[in-house]
Amino acid sequence: MKFAVIVFPGSNCDVDMLHAVKDELGAEAEYVWHDESNLDRFDGILLPGGFSYGDYLRTGAIAQFSNVMDEVKKAAEAGKPVLGVCNGFQILLETGLLPGAMRRNKSLKFICKPETLQVVNAETMFSSAYEQGEEITIPIAHGEGNYYCDEDTLKQLEEEKRIIFRYKNNPNGSISDIAGILNEKGNVLGMMPHPERAVSDLLGSADGLKLFQSIVKSWRENHVLSS
Amino acid sequence: MYKVKVFVTLKESVLDPQGTAVKGSLHRMEYSEVQDVRIGKYLELTIDKNVENLDKSVREMCEKLLSNPVIEDYRYEVEEVVAQ
Repeated sequence: MKFAVIVFPGSNCDVDMLHAVKDELGAEAEYVWHDESNLDRFDGILLPGGFSYGDYLRTGAIAQFSNVMDEVKKAAEAGKPVLGVCNGFQILLETGLLPGAMRRNKSLKFICKPETLQVVNAETMFSSAYEQGEEITIPIAHGEGNYYCDEDTLKQLEEEKRIIFRYKNNPNGSISDIAGILNEKGNVLGMMPHPERAVSDLLGSADGLKLFQSIVKSWRENHVLSS
Repeated sequence: MYKVKVFVTLKESVLDPQGTAVKGSLHRMEYSEVQDVRIGKYLELTIDKNVENLDKSVREMCEKLLSNPVIEDYRYEVEEVVAQ
């Protein structure tokens, strides 16, 4: 399985993301610059954190019109796994691949610390290696992670079990303690916490590794075992 | 040329933590008459006067990029300016 790590001007978690999937997970991965116009050679797309285009106007607002985002949309339509972390999540929201929007943290502060998350749905291609309800430690690092959506959308997310991770102690004011959500089809995940920063005990936690292992497991079940 | 002044504000239903902080500060300065503060953005677009449909094009820009319709509202004013 081969991953693309999309790099926008201002991305700064791209190196960690590549390290996580290449060195810790053992998958193939390549950096892809934001003006790339073909992602056919990749099986999974990773949108890393950072401050794409300086977060000008709104977080993720300018990045949504990058060349590569048309390709990311195509990959999402084709059912390939797409993971957006932090700024990557914000870009997925602006692009409309996920519902809702981000507001400034309730405290107005940039928060950078490990958080306890609960795995709310362990039956997805991003979470199958976790136990249902498992508590995991993953760091957050953001100033705008205060997730918002209207009541109907929230109801839909809850009913369709598309809230994958919730904060145990809500750090930013997110509606319904949401830390990560899935699209309708189940192949696009956006989350504010950084699983790529929690892939070995040396980093304080290896709890993020299971997320990447889940993606590979699901891909193998669909592509290797059947062929 | 047209000068289009675009005002982007958070929707009424969306809490504005920055506005709340500024209101707190104004109250501490003893401006107790301030009931609410909402912070928004102001953008100025200079647009060629030969544009085919100014309103349509400004509305599209606002909805696609300049504002996020999930949490924000926009309004705009148009001024005609003579190029120097």
